[in-house]
Amino acid sequence: MGIQIGKKTYTNRVKSGIEDPFMRQAVSSAQERLKDGRIQSEKGLGNWEEWRSLGEEIRRHTLDNLDYYLEQLSEQVEKRGGNVFFARTADEANHYINRIIQEKNGKKVVKAKSMVTEEIGLNDVLEKEGVEVVETDLGEWILQLDDDPPSHIVAPALHKDRERIREVFADKKGYLGTNHPEELTQFAREQLRKDFLSADIGITGCNFAVAESGTITLVTNEGNGRLTTSLPDTHIAVMGMERIVPTWEELDILVSLLTRAAVGQKLTSYITSITGTRLKGEIDGPSEFHLVIVDNGRSNILGTEFQSALHCIRCAACINVCPVYRHIGGHAYGSIYPGPIGAVITPLLDGYEDHHELPYASSLCAACTEACPVKIPLHELLIRHREIIVEKEDQAPISEKIIMNSFAKWASTPAAYKLSTKIARPLLKPWSKEEKVTNGPGPLKGWTDSRDFPTPSKQSFRSWYKTRQKGSD
Amino acid sequence: MAIQHRESFLNNVAAKLNRPRKKSAVTKPIWRKQPQWDVLKGCTQEQLIQVLEKQCKVIHTSFKRTNKNTLANVLYETILEYGGKSIITAEDERNDLYGLPTFFDRLGEEKIDIHVWNSGKGEENVIFAEQANIGITFSDMTLAESGTVTLFNDKNNSRSISLLPKHYIAIIPKETIVPRMSQATKTIHDLHEAGHKIASSISFITGPSNSADIELNLVVGVHGPIKATYIVVE
Repeated sequence: MGIQIGKKTYTNRVKSGIEDPFMRQAVSSAQERLKDGRIQSEKGLGNWEEWRSLGEEIRRHTLDNLDYYLEQLSEQVEKRGGNVFFARTADEANHYINRIIQEKNGKKVVKAKSMVTEEIGLNDVLEKEGVEVVETDLGEWILQLDDDPPSHIVAPALHKDRERIREVFADKKGYLGTNHPEELTQFAREQLRKDFLSADIGITGCNFAVAESGTITLVTNEGNGRLTTSLPDTHIAVMGMERIVPTWEELDILVSLLTRAAVGQKLTSYITSITGTRLKGEIDGPSEFHLVIVDNGRSNILGTEFQSALHCIRCAACINVCPVYRHIGGHAYGSIYPGPIGAVITPLLDGYEDHHELPYASSLCAACTEACPVKIPLHELLIRHREIIVEKEDQAPISEKIIMNSFAKWASTPAAYKLSTKIARPLLKPWSKEEKVTNGPGPLKGWTDSRDFPTPSKQSFRSWYKTRQKGSD
Repeated sequence: MAIQHRESFLNNVAAKLNRPRKKSAVTKPIWRKQPQWDVLKGCTQEQLIQVLEKQCKVIHTSFKRTNKNTLANVLYETILEYGGKSIITAEDERNDLYGLPTFFDRLGEEKIDIHVWNSGKGEENVIFAEQANIGITFSDMTLAESGTVTLFNDKNNSRSISLLPKHYIAIIPKETIVPRMSQATKTIHDLHEAGHKIASSISFITGPSNSADIELNLVVGVHGPIKATYIVVE
């Protein structure tokens, strides 16, 4: 699949999102719950700002010395009997993983949730080679059965309701039960347990690698990460090259920030740290371990003004506060990385050409920057993207060009300006509600579909200024 | 196989950072803020137990408290609550200290199938664990703040025991309780620095498995255990 999902244009994707009432309701209530959970758990610490500063300092130091820490990591993995493959591109990573599986004559792969394997499109490559790939995270499994891309980093099947999930299970797996989440989940447990026991290969992502000991750590709730790393005889972990910490002490901080910022948990049910292959006398755990470290465009961000985007720990806190995501949903971004962080990194990883609208999928309200547990200045990076798009790439959306050109003409003609500021309010009255334009006409429609537009003030600035001057006379 | 394509990859990383490769040891700075050490600072062991008990409610885990003399009774009662049947447990040197072998014999007499992990028996252990109703292990370090038991999995305390059965019971010696994850990761870091080989799998387990992937409804019990009990022992 790769980082880009679907071929529909941005406008059409936004339209499908806005016209899907279940999705919008689901997204807004999910945002509320995830956001409230995060805020509660931040408050519980009392000094969240200090935690954020520490997180930011750790991430900055690690990225500034990335070559050193990656070398140390690879040495340590090798010491513990593992193999390390450095992949510059998605193709190199996929090719290596496929080769390992073919050499082992592997038939079935169980996978724990991993964004980077989505990014490189690993499943498609393996399936073409005749390998059965089973996603074992409940949300990912639902999406795999329904052949649908994820719409949120942490809760990938957020856009589906229980009835749709029941239908998918019934159609694809012969499920006969009700649409109760407990019953659906129990069914998934029984089905997937068989897959865990029969798989030859386990593939996981990596939330954080620990350089000092060659350890990879998985942060999960369902237990599928543990099963994937305990039962199959071969474990392949795939990590984005920036997902690394110097030592166990920093692992503590970043895991604590991640679980609180993502879901408001102090820790998730399972934090699983795997170091190399199983040791002598151990029965479970893999006898063969491979770590694939993926660049795939990340190094182009290093040393640029966007470097802090690589500090991201994939918690989705920015997504959960974004008013634009709330209206258009995850699929509208056309990237497996949605929301503010997706709008920042997708053009960096995959180029402006297919993604030049994304930096505009933001109201620049800065809620994302405020929510980020490692203090990435997300809205500032979005502004920087826009500047680059306008200045260098000449790819600003056409609507913006027309509006800007007309604005220039109109604003430079005093009579026209004066008249329109006077009549704007009565003119927009039919579309106004409580000082907000919610369903604007003509050119405003594009704007008000995904956000509200403030109604023009009762008094224009110029007439207010005139009165004020008179008053002070 | 071992390590492939490293040099060109890392040379590129260094070039993008506009500097030569960093080959000699990078010194980690002393972080300016260290709020992690303020959490539950100065708490007595008794206060930490209270924090743990409270957190157990949040993580859908039963909390029990006992001493060495009555541990067998509390374990027995918990096993019956979970429906008995079959149990897998670790080959742990603490079993003797806590009088568990006698207790296991008693279970056997009551037709509850008890299997102590025996690495000599190979795959048979995993097959038993997969069918077992209950898994029991000791906690190596217990984190009060989050309600987490930490297991250094090895050939005796194997990964499957706390993972495959439907129910999980953690025996928590009181002295293993620390404020939070920081104390555990510091210990692991220090052990590593001192040249000890760290466990191939370190599991931080916080209650039973769960998922909120369907309409954000929390469902307790997904791939790992469906229910869990912590027993703090003085």
